[in-house]
Amino acid sequence: MHAKERAFVAITHTAALFSLTAVFGIIYSIFREGIPLFDIVPLSEVLFGNDWYPTHAEAPQFGILNLFAGSLLVTLGALIIAIPLGLGSAIFISEIASPKLKEIAKPVLELLAAIPSVVYGLFGMVVLAPFVRELFDLSTGLNLFSSSIILGLMVLPIISSMSEDALANVAKQLREASLALGATSWETITKVVIPAARRGIVGSILQGFGRAIGETMVVLMVAGGSAQIPKSIFESIRPLTSTIAAEMGETVVGDLHYRSLFAIACLLFIITLITNLSAELIFFKRNKK
Amino acid sequence: MRKYLIIIWITMLSLGFAYAKQGQITCSGSTTVLPIAQAGAEAYMDSHPDYNISVRGGGSGVGIAALQNGTVQIANSSRPIKSKEISACKAKGINPTAYVVANDGIAIVVHQSNSVKELSVAQVRDIYTGKIKNWADLGGPSLPIVIVSRDVASGTFEVFNEKALGGAKVIASAQLLASNNAVISAVGSTPGAIGYAGLGYVNSEVKVLKIEGVRPSEATVKDGSYKLSRKLYMYTNGKASGAVANFIGWLQSDAGQKIVEDQGFISIN
Repeated sequence: MHAKERAFVAITHTAALFSLTAVFGIIYSIFREGIPLFDIVPLSEVLFGNDWYPTHAEAPQFGILNLFAGSLLVTLGALIIAIPLGLGSAIFISEIASPKLKEIAKPVLELLAAIPSVVYGLFGMVVLAPFVRELFDLSTGLNLFSSSIILGLMVLPIISSMSEDALANVAKQLREASLALGATSWETITKVVIPAARRGIVGSILQGFGRAIGETMVVLMVAGGSAQIPKSIFESIRPLTSTIAAEMGETVVGDLHYRSLFAIACLLFIITLITNLSAELIFFKRNKK
Repeated sequence: MRKYLIIIWITMLSLGFAYAKQGQITCSGSTTVLPIAQAGAEAYMDSHPDYNISVRGGGSGVGIAALQNGTVQIANSSRPIKSKEISACKAKGINPTAYVVANDGIAIVVHQSNSVKELSVAQVRDIYTGKIKNWADLGGPSLPIVIVSRDVASGTFEVFNEKALGGAKVIASAQLLASNNAVISAVGSTPGAIGYAGLGYVNSEVKVLKIEGVRPSEATVKDGSYKLSRKLYMYTNGKASGAVANFIGWLQSDAGQKIVEDQGFISIN
């Protein structure tokens, strides 16, 4: 029995150590490949340069500002769509729907999260983009608007499912007390339940943000891929992730272009690390209370 | 009894291994060369059952890096190997050797409904650098031009950039797509679009333009009168030998080149 227990502990330890090693291995290798870029191209030129011409024969340029703007804008667009829809459905499922409806609605919503991103991308490219182009009489449907919609759909289940959990975790007594004091159920939801669950809701939005900014396939397929700061929501953009995905395969391993793609990966890593940490911190505080 | 079974099993396994090794070839690299390598490998394995050829894509750079690391015997590339890659290979004791397996023309394509029939190389350059913005300036319909290009690292882009643009920068508002197929489907579904792709990928969704009055075809690519053409390569470590030499030799023969043509590329013979 004792030996068995020890073996079990050893196995779980190894598993934990293995994933930890993998994570640090990945972090180490992207930084090792990416950082040497800055020996040759100054950091400020990379961060604040508008021109992304990494393979130009005479004067390659590695400015990622336009790509960064593309990532932020499409993520913002996705959140503008996903936050109201996600919170709305979370409130409906947690507070309004009958228990029977709730049992059906939640798994269906979570099913959205199970669809592979390439399927979303294909849908965006083949169905949504041509529709958007004709609806608004545009020259192309592969743009910020279409990609925000698709990305919003992908982020929606994260926000709604996590927010719903947060709402459902609000103590029953709070609701009962509010109702007993004569508040309507609308007042109870907006003034009692949502404030009590706000940490969980903010955490879910941060998770959604992290998911959206790191998503690659959808933006590669639907955003159009122009390395510009768009003048309207109907212009094409090129986020950081799709730049890596599109260009990595063909670069010369070890040259500046290759390093610059890894440098972009480092930046993405730092962004998601910050959002995940803040989401984590918010949850941690809530749980400690 | 059981011991004998195990011994027999191990012997068979190792024999099987040795047998499979006889014609074991792995290649990876350019997505442009991929259909040739794939169809070629399938046909060759049909007639040579003792060969096992595995083909992967990944991109020209990936293929050459794999050759450099010794993980493949053949690197497919849609561009000539670069001097940096050669020195990286040499540093690892790899001596990349080129075999031309096909010719390819880069077709300039527009939407079917576009009335423009031909462009000059200078006009193509002016479109891609943003000087010409509307099809009306080229005798076509009054429609803003939607520029579709390939990601800047692709072999197709490099050849287009060198032969059509003379190294000029593509305007930032151009859509950069990640594959030949994506370009064709984007141009085919966008009335104002212009794009370019390997001849093998052109289909009836799009209209191919004449460049300097020359239509890309087998004859015009071969005799060099079509300006936007290139060679497709397979790279090996040193002079190919054994199974690899047999496979590449066959691909360069009439039988192999038939497959190259079936895939929409142009034969080297």
